[in-house]
Amino acid sequence: MRQYTQRLLKHVKRDRYLYLMLIPGLLFFVIFKYIPMYGIVIAFQDFKIGTGILGSRWVGFAHFIKFFSSDDFGRIFYNTVVISFYKLLIGFPIPILFAILLNELRSIAFKRTVQTIAYLPHFISWVVIGNLVVILLAPETGLLSNIVRSLTGVQVNVLTDPRYFRGVLVGADIWKDMGWSAIVYLAALTGVDPALYEAADIDGATRGQKMWRITLPEIRNVIIIMLILKVGHILDAGFEQVMIMSNPMVNSVAEIIDTYVYKVGMQQAQFSYSTAVNLFKSVIGLMMVLLVNTISKRWED
Amino acid sequence: MARFNLKKFSLFNCLNAVLLTLLSVLTLYPFWYVIMASLTTDTEAARDIFFLLPVKPSLSAYKMVFSTSSILTAYRNTLFVTTVGTALSLVLTALTAYPLSRRRLRGGKILTLLIYFTMLFSGGMIPTFLVVKSLGLYDSLWALILPKAVTVYNLLLMLSFFKSIPESLEESASIEGANDLMILFQIIIPLSMPIFATMILFYAVAYWNAWFDAVLYISKSTRYPLQLVLREIVQQVDLSYVGGGGSDVTMSDMTIQSVRMATIVVAILPIMVVYPFLQKYFVKGVMIGAVKA
Repeated sequence: MRQYTQRLLKHVKRDRYLYLMLIPGLLFFVIFKYIPMYGIVIAFQDFKIGTGILGSRWVGFAHFIKFFSSDDFGRIFYNTVVISFYKLLIGFPIPILFAILLNELRSIAFKRTVQTIAYLPHFISWVVIGNLVVILLAPETGLLSNIVRSLTGVQVNVLTDPRYFRGVLVGADIWKDMGWSAIVYLAALTGVDPALYEAADIDGATRGQKMWRITLPEIRNVIIIMLILKVGHILDAGFEQVMIMSNPMVNSVAEIIDTYVYKVGMQQAQFSYSTAVNLFKSVIGLMMVLLVNTISKRWED
Repeated sequence: MARFNLKKFSLFNCLNAVLLTLLSVLTLYPFWYVIMASLTTDTEAARDIFFLLPVKPSLSAYKMVFSTSSILTAYRNTLFVTTVGTALSLVLTALTAYPLSRRRLRGGKILTLLIYFTMLFSGGMIPTFLVVKSLGLYDSLWALILPKAVTVYNLLLMLSFFKSIPESLEESASIEGANDLMILFQIIIPLSMPIFATMILFYAVAYWNAWFDAVLYISKSTRYPLQLVLREIVQQVDLSYVGGGGSDVTMSDMTIQSVRMATIVVAILPIMVVYPFLQKYFVKGVMIGAVKA
């Protein structure tokens, strides 16, 4: 034991500068990450700002029971999962396809240009993109809605129509991150052995056959791992996007767990109730991610 | 330049090139449209037009933007948050990532795990808000910097980059009597420019684009960042749309429209200017991270 302590002290002394460097970063994680985790206890209290955590009354699972038995629960849980599911269903295959098509380009300069353009929207804020969407889709003045109207003669306001609004969310999300999500597949594609294609050429394989029989199987592992990770984040339906793009008229289809947490917590000042809802989401999210991590590790082996 | 190979000039190549060109146009067009619209203040011309080029170009919308004090103040706030925040984040991330990347460090693994855990589970909105408030940061620009000074994802990217630097380099330095601080600054950092460029882009964009933390932590309008003001301007303009009503676009509406367009341009211009130069770095950085993660 003594020997162990001595060795430890020797190591600490040897690496003292390394430990010193760590202090500011660790302080950050303690203050802004771990203390808020302790703050979760207010989910089990009737927390008032004036009395603080220590002085507030404990109520056990009352807020959770209230949430699960409220009408809100089913609706926002459904909205969250459905919006995520649509984003996954449509938004997941597109970057793969995009990467494969990009990979087929012969001209390096052209490929670079397309890539540079495609990554750009990822770096644009949702505030700006929400604006662009309104500019293009607003009735009367919106460019796209004018095109639709002149083609079909029907005027739809997709921004306020609950039937179309989720589609707008999914579409904007794909527009923003299609290129960015393709990066990982492009990386995988550069790792494919060219000899495989050469062999296929000798056998007289068509381009389609090569894509289907060589390209896709070669990047299959990456695809499956990305899919698993996405499923792990199924409760993250895009908080900022929904906050910015939704409006009272589409609340019934667009309100998700995160926006609900903000609404009841900050706007209605129900701190404890809101934290309980948030904790519900965090716990499920954590379990999902741990589960899919285990699965993806298995898959890698 | 382009070597013309008849054998490879197939229908597929043609269609593919056309499709990808279309996609690029689809990506760029909204930006182009906004820029052109910001240069057009003429009511008649502004209707039902695709804006491939500005009609009767004028900079009056930009003059208006730059004479609106709320926008100027917001711009200054955002510049402060972005520059100070990025610098602080870079230093903090590097200082934290480097020791954790050294295999010999006692407790390094556990600390890394504890940091990684904060990516999977967090206290959530209200508990974080309460901490920020109790630190006296409410209505301070520091509230837009400190709570997100280190991003776990970025930290892990940097960590894996540092790990890829051969330890033999620093061993020889430490034999010559250099301590860990000297090694970090004289050997590691000069080798880490690609990852630093990536980090600068990621952090700067995150600070520049941040909107929701200002909704949470800022109530004084003199402390509003750009994105918040942009959102407010837009909501004023949008009130008429959301109801679906008001079909006549009046002159003043049009001016508001072009001011809104100009504000958007002003808000995205810095990113569009800096981004192409840093692009070659981040693709590499992200790929390293993607492979390791």
